[in-house]
Amino acid sequence: MGRVIVTEDDFDIGKEMDSLKQSGVGAIASFVGIVRDYAEGPSLIAMTLEHYEGMTEQEISNIIDIACDRWPLADVTVIHRIGRLLPHDNIVFVGTASAHREAAFESAHFIMDYLKTKAPFWKQEETEQGASWVDARETDDTALEKWR
Amino acid sequence: MKIRYFAWMREHTGVSSEDMRLPDGIETVGQLADYLKHTSEGHSIALRNMKTVRVAINRQYAQLDSTISDSDEVAFFPPVTGG
Repeated sequence: MGRVIVTEDDFDIGKEMDSLKQSGVGAIASFVGIVRDYAEGPSLIAMTLEHYEGMTEQEISNIIDIACDRWPLADVTVIHRIGRLLPHDNIVFVGTASAHREAAFESAHFIMDYLKTKAPFWKQEETEQGASWVDARETDDTALEKWR
Repeated sequence: MKIRYFAWMREHTGVSSEDMRLPDGIETVGQLADYLKHTSEGHSIALRNMKTVRVAINRQYAQLDSTISDSDEVAFFPPVTGG
């Protein structure tokens, strides 16, 4: 179930929410990740996202399947952008639709936490001092603990 | 078989993908990594700390002791940082 899109193109948050509404249930929760305008030190010029085509989509689908086993979901949309993005650009959209708000909130949170540690994307930050790969954070791994 | 590298590992090896025959006597991802380390200086840098490297066989997460065959696509990459 659900829609998984990996694309260089921007997405329209309103349109995605409308699409989730079509499931006819009473609750939709969403998360949008955007490019911040600061790096670890100097100001950020751009962020480039690389991914492992095929595996990325499969991993996100697996995460959605696990979420669907755990919560009563009517629909799920995950969109993740790749390529070169600028500060304030959208990076990721996760939307979940359910008859119950707890299920919608919790499953969106769960999908984001899993996506951050499992989906094969890599960020490279570009600043005036050059380009550098973003290090994975231990806090992303520990974020998974609460779902065990 | 096909070997894939991503992010800074790709930059060190200088290639995003390479085709080769599975070398004789190599049965696991870990053994393949040890073999590849000796193919260039860049490969040895990319694969020097396998504790921090993630691996996949045919686009599914695998372990260093997972067995491989000549028809597999094996990928090496750093911990992921999407979202």
